[in-house]
Amino acid sequence: MSEESNAINPNSMTIIVTKGSLDWAYPPFILSTTAAAMGLDVTMFFTFYGLPLLLKKMDLKVTPLGNAAMKMPMAGAHMVMPNLVAAIPGVDGMATSMMKNMIKKKGVASIPELRELAVEAEVRMIGCQMTMDLFEYKHEDMIPGIEIGGAATYIECATKSHINLFI
Amino acid sequence: MADKVLDAKGLNCPLPILKAKKALKEVPDGGTLEILATDPGAVADFQAFSRTTGNELVEHSEEGGVYRFLIRKTA
Repeated sequence: MSEESNAINPNSMTIIVTKGSLDWAYPPFILSTTAAAMGLDVTMFFTFYGLPLLLKKMDLKVTPLGNAAMKMPMAGAHMVMPNLVAAIPGVDGMATSMMKNMIKKKGVASIPELRELAVEAEVRMIGCQMTMDLFEYKHEDMIPGIEIGGAATYIECATKSHINLFI
Repeated sequence: MADKVLDAKGLNCPLPILKAKKALKEVPDGGTLEILATDPGAVADFQAFSRTTGNELVEHSEEGGVYRFLIRKTA
């Protein structure tokens, strides 16, 4: 193996994507699309709860349950939902619609839109094989153009990348 | 007069940057792109974008809550 093939590319970034809720889907897609726009080679590795972000049909939800930092703006103040209320069936759905409305109103991109931009920007996306087996997802349920790989596939890429993030 | 104008008003991070990157592809080398945005974060972000990509941020200004950026395609 030549030395060159093992060299770190100074303009490269990888992100391990481990969370797939509506709120946590934002940081990896915002950073990957922006880095790609700034000329970086970007790789995203989707594992565990991040893997469903590669599904053709995304069904993203957000829950206030156990999320002490989730303070929704309301009538000029910020509201924290008590866990006892957040646990009531239907509250997740309500919180999700509220969040989606806010996203639209504030001119924030939707996750499907950001993912599309990431695909367009040729961000390399790798789905974790083990997670697919574990949670019984099929390759054909995922968007086209992604790769399937394991930890070694990611590590090989990370050893050559200048920025490696875990989200 | 810029070679191309991008209206990114009402869009939030990172959309102004992503759309600017796309719009720059349609600008000839040495040409300019004018961007209009309302996201206050765009001020720091377009400076960072220009520094990192090597494109020149020729000028930026603000008037009535609208930020205007002029980027010369030099990269």
